[in-house]
Amino acid sequence: MRALLVLLALAAATPLRADSSLPPAYWADRQLPDARQEARARALMEELRCLVCQGQSIADSDAEIAGDMRDLVRRRIAAGERPSAIRAWLVERYGHWVSYRPPAEPVAWPLWLAPILLLGAGALLVVRRLGLRRRG
Amino acid sequence: MSRTLRFAPVVLLVLVLAALVWRLAEPPDTKVRSRMTGKPIPQFALPAAVPGKPGLARQDLAGGEPRLLNIFASWCVPCRAEAPMLEELKRRGVAIDAIAIRDRPEDIAAFLAQHGDPYVRIGADPTSQAQLALGSSGVPESFVVDGRGIVRYQHIGPIIPRDVPAILAELEKAR
Repeated sequence: MRALLVLLALAAATPLRADSSLPPAYWADRQLPDARQEARARALMEELRCLVCQGQSIADSDAEIAGDMRDLVRRRIAAGERPSAIRAWLVERYGHWVSYRPPAEPVAWPLWLAPILLLGAGALLVVRRLGLRRRG
Repeated sequence: MSRTLRFAPVVLLVLVLAALVWRLAEPPDTKVRSRMTGKPIPQFALPAAVPGKPGLARQDLAGGEPRLLNIFASWCVPCRAEAPMLEELKRRGVAIDAIAIRDRPEDIAAFLAQHGDPYVRIGADPTSQAQLALGSSGVPESFVVDGRGIVRYQHIGPIIPRDVPAILAELEKAR
């Protein structure tokens, strides 16, 4: 009986809190009244990486810091700031890592060139194969 | 097909396996470093987080002497672990300011009463905006800021005893 009670008590025990007790920031889970601004904010949020749940965008994440980042994005969009400026502001602080969109910088050139090179290699292979078959 | 080319898939497989084993044995560093190191502290002005102690603004961190800026929260478990180390740093003459992330005055006051209060100033950051401006991604984190308000060093995670010499050295370097 006592063992059962202990088990029940354990089941009811709340895990150690790892989140704050404050409600989400005002714009964390609230859409901007202007639909065009909201669409712009949404598009940017889907391309920004959550800092703690590193595989998710801040649009998808339930982490508190992701909510605070959504609040920051919506607030700045509402104030008339351009999405590219907000992205640049975050990249300045966290590096290109924070943005899912790869930069058009020399370090990312292989990434942009890879599809072109692969497509070229594939075309070359097809041309050679077809040529061989025609001759054979 | 030439003899050497025939082994290419096997070689490729071995290389891929080696890469996987290497990453399993040595997981990548998932810490997000702030790029603000070497740059001036961004503009911010936070209200007082607890009654009787001033809030924190950018200019408070550019007073001519290096300071330690601690990002903490009463709900953050590792912050409890680092509290004695902050007391130790204070004892050694380090001026420590803090930003309290997503916190309530009464919770902070209870935390300080229980774990000690090494802070000169505490600014309240209820929506993490100053934290984001600093390029910090969690609690606890600590920044060494020099007398001109330039970030010199970032420590991610709780300060444990073996981190103290490094932080003291960074503070000395920032002088």
